[in-house]
Amino acid sequence: MRRIVGLALLWCMAWVVTGGLAAEAHTSASPPMQLEQALKDLSSEEESARDLAIHVLIEQGDSTWLPRLDALRANADRSLRMAIKPVADAWKHRANLTSLDADMRRSAATDLGTGGRTVVIPWLEAAAATESHRWVRYAMEESIQLLKLASDDPEVKAQAAEKLGELRSQNAVPALKALAQGVGEPNSTQDQNHVARAAAVAIDQIETWNVWSTAIETLFRGISLSSILLIMSVGLAIVFGLMGVINMAHGELMMIGAYATFVMQECFKVYVPADWFDAYYLAALPAAFLAAALFGLILEATVIRFLYGRPLETMLATWGVSLILIQGARIYFGDLTAVAAPTWLNGGTQVMVGVFLPFNRLFIIGLSILCVTGIYLLLFRSSVGLRVRAVTQNRNMSACLGIPTRKVDAYTFAFGSGLAGIAGWALTLVGNVEPGLGQNYIVDSFMVVVTGGVGKLAGTIIASLGIGGLNKLMEPSLGAVYAKVLILVLVILFLQRRPSGLFAVKGRHAEG
Amino acid sequence: MAESLAPRSNAERNEGPIFWVVGFALLFVLPVLNVLPAEDSWLHVSDFALNRFGKFLAFAILALGLDLIWGYAGILSLGQGVFFGLGAYCMGMHLMLTIGSEGVYGSALPDFMVWNQVTELPFFWKPFYNFSAAVLAGLLVPAGFALLFGFLAFRSRIRGVYFAIITQALALMAWLIFNRNETNLGGTNGLTDFKTILGFRLSEPGTQLALYVITVLCLGGAYLLCRWIIVSRAGRVLIAIRDSEQRVLFSGYSPANYKLFVFVISAALAGLAGMLYVPQVGIITPAQMGVLPSLEMVIWVAVGGRATLVGAIVGAVGVNLGRSILTNHFPELWPFFLGGLFVVVVLLFPDGVMGITRNVREKIAKRSIRLRKTSVVEEEQA
Repeated sequence: MRRIVGLALLWCMAWVVTGGLAAEAHTSASPPMQLEQALKDLSSEEESARDLAIHVLIEQGDSTWLPRLDALRANADRSLRMAIKPVADAWKHRANLTSLDADMRRSAATDLGTGGRTVVIPWLEAAAATESHRWVRYAMEESIQLLKLASDDPEVKAQAAEKLGELRSQNAVPALKALAQGVGEPNSTQDQNHVARAAAVAIDQIETWNVWSTAIETLFRGISLSSILLIMSVGLAIVFGLMGVINMAHGELMMIGAYATFVMQECFKVYVPADWFDAYYLAALPAAFLAAALFGLILEATVIRFLYGRPLETMLATWGVSLILIQGARIYFGDLTAVAAPTWLNGGTQVMVGVFLPFNRLFIIGLSILCVTGIYLLLFRSSVGLRVRAVTQNRNMSACLGIPTRKVDAYTFAFGSGLAGIAGWALTLVGNVEPGLGQNYIVDSFMVVVTGGVGKLAGTIIASLGIGGLNKLMEPSLGAVYAKVLILVLVILFLQRRPSGLFAVKGRHAEG
Repeated sequence: MAESLAPRSNAERNEGPIFWVVGFALLFVLPVLNVLPAEDSWLHVSDFALNRFGKFLAFAILALGLDLIWGYAGILSLGQGVFFGLGAYCMGMHLMLTIGSEGVYGSALPDFMVWNQVTELPFFWKPFYNFSAAVLAGLLVPAGFALLFGFLAFRSRIRGVYFAIITQALALMAWLIFNRNETNLGGTNGLTDFKTILGFRLSEPGTQLALYVITVLCLGGAYLLCRWIIVSRAGRVLIAIRDSEQRVLFSGYSPANYKLFVFVISAALAGLAGMLYVPQVGIITPAQMGVLPSLEMVIWVAVGGRATLVGAIVGAVGVNLGRSILTNHFPELWPFFLGGLFVVVVLLFPDGVMGITRNVREKIAKRSIRLRKTSVVEEEQA
């Protein structure tokens, strides 16, 4: 009775204070009344009343009531703000559950799950029933079970724990661990034991899964690094095989490719409508290849051709060129410029629970496979490739048979340089465009070439897989620096057994 | 590496008097000019200039070792900075410990250890309290490391480009490791803030003068050692290895042992250079032992002229002098200059400064012969 009187009183007050709004509310039936009361109770002194109000608001309200909450918040004290927050959050997340953006839906579901309010379970269940995206649905189910885990009924708890184990839910581990702790304690009830056992089983399942997913992620990172190494060293390896020359400016040719991409992006910013902006990245591919190849051609014609048969001197001269290029880029472009990856390469895909593969890495892996296939076809299925291989095997004999070896050298060098340009183009996806870009990986790619052996495509592939894979395998336990050091040691030890790399040239041409 | 450098036995025979003249100038004339003339006299050599010159001469010791392996034995090491750094750190650690509690934090531990919250001196620092132990370590650590590395490399016949790449990777690794704080070697900041050496204040001009004289003496000793190696039978084998390792192998020699020997000597010389460098410059950081400094060392030798010991010294001093002038006036241009030097020297002057002077001398000699011949002919006609 007192309550009704109170309600009526409140009603009058509300009427007086917020005339327009109240008039609107007047037209709907009793739930708004309850909500109004709850809104009032939010500022109550008693904690239980506040909690009840929050509960009512979350259960019956929706985001159309948000303006009211905001009005309340405008001049609220701390406890009121604390009371408003869960309500507002819950409403917002509920609205987001039907958002068009999958990421929004997903994060809303996750947040509802960690909010710990069982009233939202029906929302999640309803949303999960119509959800088409696999991983959003996963997040919703995970949240439902997480909330059920906090229920009072031990049977529901145990079932939720079991479900979470099946879901391999990473988020549930702390809660499950808390439940599992009670197992076997003398004063625990049978129900508690039952729940604890279920939780322990679930934790076990999740942790086994974690081992696997970590292994898979390590493998992926290893392959990703390997493909970067491969794409960088394959051009180097071809030139090394053909001319016996390690081009120390190879890293700077990559830098040229990266800057070509950057310049292309800036051009597109200015001259091309914004809708087409993402196409810059594709347009940059030929630009990067041609810029680097052209530079390689010039380098060959002005420096390297005069140093035939003197590989050590060539190393020094090309190092000098690389110093000049780095400093030139630093003065012209400044120290730090970045390429914004095209939108279609942002984000990634989740293949299984706990394993997330970024698109840019996948792209680089795909690109390296494509490059190697292309090079294979060019070298082994075309007449140009036949000449390159002939000169690689025996320069003098090829010359005698009428192969223009100097031309073959020049074009192969330009082609290898172009491949470096492509590598630079791809590297813009995973790092900044900076003058020192080429220096970061260059020693690694030298090692790949040395380990792989002279002029063998297969050697380069296997060596980059080995070095990249080992690097990422050892990194978690040893740290990046010591992993690298250990790889050097391994390469030296490996060269003990095979001094000219994996696939050494055998026979009388072996000792050049 | 099949191209053979012109025989220079004549030139080497002429080096004797030059050695004593230049040695005298470095050892007596420069110090006297530093001490005696008034400060405003144009003859006066400032403390700073002398100190800087001492640094260049320390580099020249390293260049001698590098010339020994590259110029004479045909082994291009791009990791010479590592041996230099090892020697320098050995001396640096000793100087660090002699600071005692004079450091910023007043602790007996080096400042960076206090900073990194290391409470006890790591075990490998302890021998460095002793000066002679530090000097010995400065020679033996690089030499021992070169012995191990060279043994593995030369035994399996890693050479040419392969060896260059591996040594470059070595330089990168050393740089990475010395940069770490947990190795207790001062991390990126290296070792610095030295106060005394053997009880003498490093800030005193007299101490620096003494260090300069010691550097000159060491350089002379290193020169004589290298010269002795080259004119010995072993030196001939080394040159033979450079020109054709296969034939040396087939003649019954073991190239690997000769190469290992000369590689170890060059590492010890680099270590010595590092030890002399540290007290004169007052700091050693990992940046001095990375990939780029190691490559710069190679260019000293190339500029001076490979396979001439004098050339190595001339190159080291000349390039560093040019560097300190250029980086003072045009800091942005130095990389262009250095890179250009690499290209131009390799392409146009493969025998470096010494090659140029030799060519000039030979031309003069030829012309005088021709002149004499024509005069003889004219006399006959008359």
